[in-house]
Amino acid sequence: MKGVVTVETVTLTIDGQRVEIEKGKTLLDAAKKAGIKIPTLCHHPALRNEGACRLCLVELEKSKKLVTSCVFPVEEGIAVRTNTPAIREARKTILELLIAGHPQDCLTCTRNGECELQTLAEEFGIRDIRFERSPKSFARDTSSPSLVRDPEKCVLCGRCVRMCAEVQSVSVLGFTHRGPEVQVEPAFKRGLGEGPCVTCGQCASVCPVGAIYEKDSIEDIWNALGDPEKHVVVQVAPAVRAALGEEFGFEPGTSVTKKMAAALRRLGFDKVFDTQFTADLTILEEGHEFIGRLTEGSGLPLITSCSPGWINYCENFFPEFVDNLSSCKSPQQMFGALVKTYYASKFGIDPSKIYSVSVMPCTAKKYEAERPEMNSSGFKDVDAVLTTRELARMIKEAGIDFVNLPDEDFDAPLGISTGASTIFGVTGGVMEAALRTVYEVVTGENLDSIEFQCVRGLEGVKEAEIELNGKKVRVAVANGLGNAAKVLNSLRTGEKSYDFIEIMACPSGCIGGGGQPRNAGLEVKELRAKALYDEDRSMELRKSHENPAVKALYDEFLGKPGSPKSHHLLHTSYKTPEEKGIKVVKTAV
Amino acid sequence: MGTGVCRCGKGVEQRDKFEKLDEIIESYKGKEGALIPVLHEVQQLFGYLPEEVQERVAAGLGLPLSEVYGVTTFYSLFTSEPRGKHRISICLGTACYVKGAAAIVEKLEEELGVKVGGTTKDEKFTLEVTRCLGACGLAPVMMIGDHVYGKVTPDKIKEILEKYD
Amino acid sequence: MEKERPQVLICGGTGCVSSGCKAVGDALRTELLRKELSEKVEVKETGCIGSCDLGPVVVVNPGEFFYEKVRPEDVSEIVEQHIIKGKPVQRLHPHSLKTGEPFKTIDEMDFFKKQVKIVLRNCGVIDPTNLDEYRDRGGYEALKKALKEMSPEDVIDTLKRSGLRGRGGAGFPTGLKWEFTAKAEGHPKYVICNADEGDPGAFMDRSVLEGDPHSVIEAMILAAYAVGATQGYIYVRVEYPLAIERMEFAISQAREAGYIGENILGSGLDFDMDVRVGAGAFVCGEETALLASIEGKRGMPRPKPPFPAQKGLWDCPTLINNVETYANIPFIILNGPEEFTSVGIESSKGTKVFALAGKINNTGLVEVPMGTTLREIVEEIGGGIPGGKRFKAAQTGGPSGGCIPAEHFDVQMDYESLTKLGAMMGSGGLIIMDEDTCMVDIAKFFLKFTQDESCGKCVPCREGTKMMLQILERITEGKGKEGDIELLESLGNTIKRTALCGLGQTAPNPVLSTIKYFRDEYEAHIKRKRCPAGVCPGLVRYEVVTDQCRRCGLCIKVCPVGAVE
Repeated sequence: MKGVVTVETVTLTIDGQRVEIEKGKTLLDAAKKAGIKIPTLCHHPALRNEGACRLCLVELEKSKKLVTSCVFPVEEGIAVRTNTPAIREARKTILELLIAGHPQDCLTCTRNGECELQTLAEEFGIRDIRFERSPKSFARDTSSPSLVRDPEKCVLCGRCVRMCAEVQSVSVLGFTHRGPEVQVEPAFKRGLGEGPCVTCGQCASVCPVGAIYEKDSIEDIWNALGDPEKHVVVQVAPAVRAALGEEFGFEPGTSVTKKMAAALRRLGFDKVFDTQFTADLTILEEGHEFIGRLTEGSGLPLITSCSPGWINYCENFFPEFVDNLSSCKSPQQMFGALVKTYYASKFGIDPSKIYSVSVMPCTAKKYEAERPEMNSSGFKDVDAVLTTRELARMIKEAGIDFVNLPDEDFDAPLGISTGASTIFGVTGGVMEAALRTVYEVVTGENLDSIEFQCVRGLEGVKEAEIELNGKKVRVAVANGLGNAAKVLNSLRTGEKSYDFIEIMACPSGCIGGGGQPRNAGLEVKELRAKALYDEDRSMELRKSHENPAVKALYDEFLGKPGSPKSHHLLHTSYKTPEEKGIKVVKTAV
Repeated sequence: MGTGVCRCGKGVEQRDKFEKLDEIIESYKGKEGALIPVLHEVQQLFGYLPEEVQERVAAGLGLPLSEVYGVTTFYSLFTSEPRGKHRISICLGTACYVKGAAAIVEKLEEELGVKVGGTTKDEKFTLEVTRCLGACGLAPVMMIGDHVYGKVTPDKIKEILEKYD
Repeated sequence: MEKERPQVLICGGTGCVSSGCKAVGDALRTELLRKELSEKVEVKETGCIGSCDLGPVVVVNPGEFFYEKVRPEDVSEIVEQHIIKGKPVQRLHPHSLKTGEPFKTIDEMDFFKKQVKIVLRNCGVIDPTNLDEYRDRGGYEALKKALKEMSPEDVIDTLKRSGLRGRGGAGFPTGLKWEFTAKAEGHPKYVICNADEGDPGAFMDRSVLEGDPHSVIEAMILAAYAVGATQGYIYVRVEYPLAIERMEFAISQAREAGYIGENILGSGLDFDMDVRVGAGAFVCGEETALLASIEGKRGMPRPKPPFPAQKGLWDCPTLINNVETYANIPFIILNGPEEFTSVGIESSKGTKVFALAGKINNTGLVEVPMGTTLREIVEEIGGGIPGGKRFKAAQTGGPSGGCIPAEHFDVQMDYESLTKLGAMMGSGGLIIMDEDTCMVDIAKFFLKFTQDESCGKCVPCREGTKMMLQILERITEGKGKEGDIELLESLGNTIKRTALCGLGQTAPNPVLSTIKYFRDEYEAHIKRKRCPAGVCPGLVRYEVVTDQCRRCGLCIKVCPVGAVE
């Protein structure tokens, strides 16, 4: 911290304002610093810039040349204009061209009101289209349980492609064909559900228009809520509370846990529970599993299994690591299995009448709930999954004044949780929660400081060593599947070895999930992470093994971690792509 | 696919081709920018690039299938549809266009009974157009296989086609 | 001296191959064998001589006697009369279109008279598969000179002083490009030859690759020396199979002779090169797309900066020049910049090769000093327009260029003059059009081309050219609307300013320049629903002039489709 890092800067002029900025930044960055918003479409803060849409063109004062501000590097002394007649004319023409080729069903589009193209058209006052309307005609791809692709709406910005290939290393979506025939699609026009798509939904979270979005479950849930026969319960994942507020105008990083509980109750859910309850339970089960593997010295590294996008990725692309996956179900599925067994019998409710809903920051959870083995309660364990975005839509549709709702709590007992489970929502959180418990169980000592700073932060890969009874335990944390691939490849080559690895499919973990409010750059995700860490700090109980409701669950129902009943209800096994009925080309690297 | 016994001998031929395919991939392994050279050779081998061949190339070179498919659909030389024994390319470069190549296309479409891009039912000819063969001095030109025909007129078409079996 | 030994050159360029030169060569060899002259007469196949429409072309030395359209059955006469008796065969000489007199030798032919051959110095003269013949004409001497006597800086300095500009289109000073790459940090560095000659109507690069491959190889080695590169690639389009074959063969010869490989000619320079074959995408002629293609990806251009000189192939500094540019370089290094600058005009030095085609009597490749006028090329070299038709316009620069109308017939052919007219030097395709050519139709042809060949990445090019084509289609179908011309102009200008790469930025040129010079033709299509050249099918109508019709019924009888009742 003491060493002063000098950053080389350059000074340039934008629209007459002098801006000093780090060398290597782009004109777009410099304009932002000067408080000027340059319109963009193919640019996304989480992705490499391509310069494809041409909306961000700016004019170099000296040469009058238009240059691509998202990729043009800042230079000492240059002067740039961002809003001249030539630029306005160019931007309007580009928008007209895009709109001429775009369907005109904005009113019924999933992105109505939050579409970047619509916003640009509005900002630029596009009223007449001088060109013949020539929208494309393609069928929707509904083959995935999580996502819908509507190629007619695609503006070919390539954000999803870069996300899928460069960030997530999944590469299902790609550009195909050429010129006017160019499309974004999976190889051989296969459906998303027929190939190696891991359903992480990062494509949907960066799509500027309605070309790819989560499969909507709202109607099913309204129907269940309206059915007097049904006992409808809901669980909410930790990361949802750190981002839902953004949909209602709260500043990013505002935790809305209690208003959310109130809103869910007003939507008509019979019980409002918390996935954090089973997150604590996961720590006990997974901790037990880890200690077992560590003692036996086999099956290491243990790799976490909370993230169904990651599970898919491992099954599809790194099958040799499937045995390293924890056999624990994700908290969502543990919850689903318990609601229709433990909860039903404890409160005397007919499990066949229970309709179990989860609210997740995630699109892969929709897929996970559909996996055929997820029925250990004897029923479909989780009936329907909503993303954070869908929950916001339901709240709006129901006319609930979210901002002015009173604070309410979750229902007991499946709404009781500790701070350890809150941080599940951010990368490193599961690892930290596990370490809090594993340390105390193994050493029998109380931790002085329960905050493991070494596994915090949003970097793609983190490593740490923790001493447990004199034995060094090597852990790693990866977020984003591209980073997961890096870690796994380093294991493959023998370059690295670890005992315990946490992997989350989405960049930054669940706070950056594919079902979260869109277009969160790193700054927003930092704030969401902070919200969760703050909430952890404000909790009375901060270690999963101290959760009284979980203790009661073991006492009354499961016995102990790793018991046969636990195994039946809370653990699972994994499949090959063939068993899943999808086609994956295995790469030889 | 099915496991029925095939007596046509194509199965064996197919197996040989796949062995050869693996050899091609092997010879390019570790080389930078191998995909396009590999696809050239593989298309030479199979006559086209069927799905399973593209999958094998992707797997062999350690590339995502979407990347391979993206490349094969980008370049007009590559095709995932089988083509006829003889490929007819009519030059639609400027010189040929100015000198009436459009009439040649029309005549060929009529003679062969297929549109540009199509293959005749007997799998004898595939009709394609190409950008400038660089034989502008002889415009209009067309190429069948490797042979360039210059100063083609619609009434010569029939005679030229008859040379091929 | 062997000088007097008779020699028969058979043009083996693609044009002559398709006209049947192989059979002529075979017949000649058989005939010589029969007459027991095989030892005394040398027969060789050369690269393209340039006069493609006269093929198969045979030249007999000494004296450069020129024979056109030679058939195998003419061979015995050539041997008997010319080689044995020394009497050239009159009937096989080309004849002057003006006087009807025969042109006996190359020197006499109008087609060759005004040409100055630097780039094509060896094409049509040497056997391209024979390294010794290249060496006999000074080949690899420039390389030896550079490695022995010049520092890399000297090489670059010589190029800068020569004033050589890129022959691929934009005319960027070649020496500067080399200097940028030499100064760029990063390793390894690459040298690339852009031989993806995609402009329809241009085939000079093909002729150089086929007829004089070593000149390109030598230039690339010089480039490697000057910029510090270790690996080179020649990216050749797949449509040029003979060029690929010749280039690969020449590379193997050069490797064997120690011109490429490790420690070249004992100088310590290491450099190797390979051929990469395109796969049918015009956009790969754009340098960043070409790089992507060599990397094995879709040929999608990317914005510049960074320029390839800084970040090129696999993000390493990369020098890219086109074939014709390279072909000049051994000449410049060997003979010094002054010899080169003595040709051409102040702003553009040296020569330019044009591929002359379309509605013109003498088609083929012509190399003329920069600044030669269009009139000289068309009337003197090209022998004018066939059938007594009127020159209407010339299209330069292919789909990126524009047209030059008759009113600018005296324009000097150099970078600046052409750009000023809204045309472009481009790679040198020169398509001549006569009064039967519809300029709206030609504009549509080019738009269709660029639209099909657009990579589809940026909005202005992908969507904009599609819209322009839609408008042109409706105009040529007689459905044009008031305001269409203005819309084409407005959209065209926006695409020019906003598209990502050179292909998109120049795609509107053919439309904008035809509107500029032939606006009345557009208006005739739109307002009067007439195609003055009688080309656009939607606008051609047949009427019976009732005063003159004698009701003979012949038209009914001959109509093949029964369209007359």
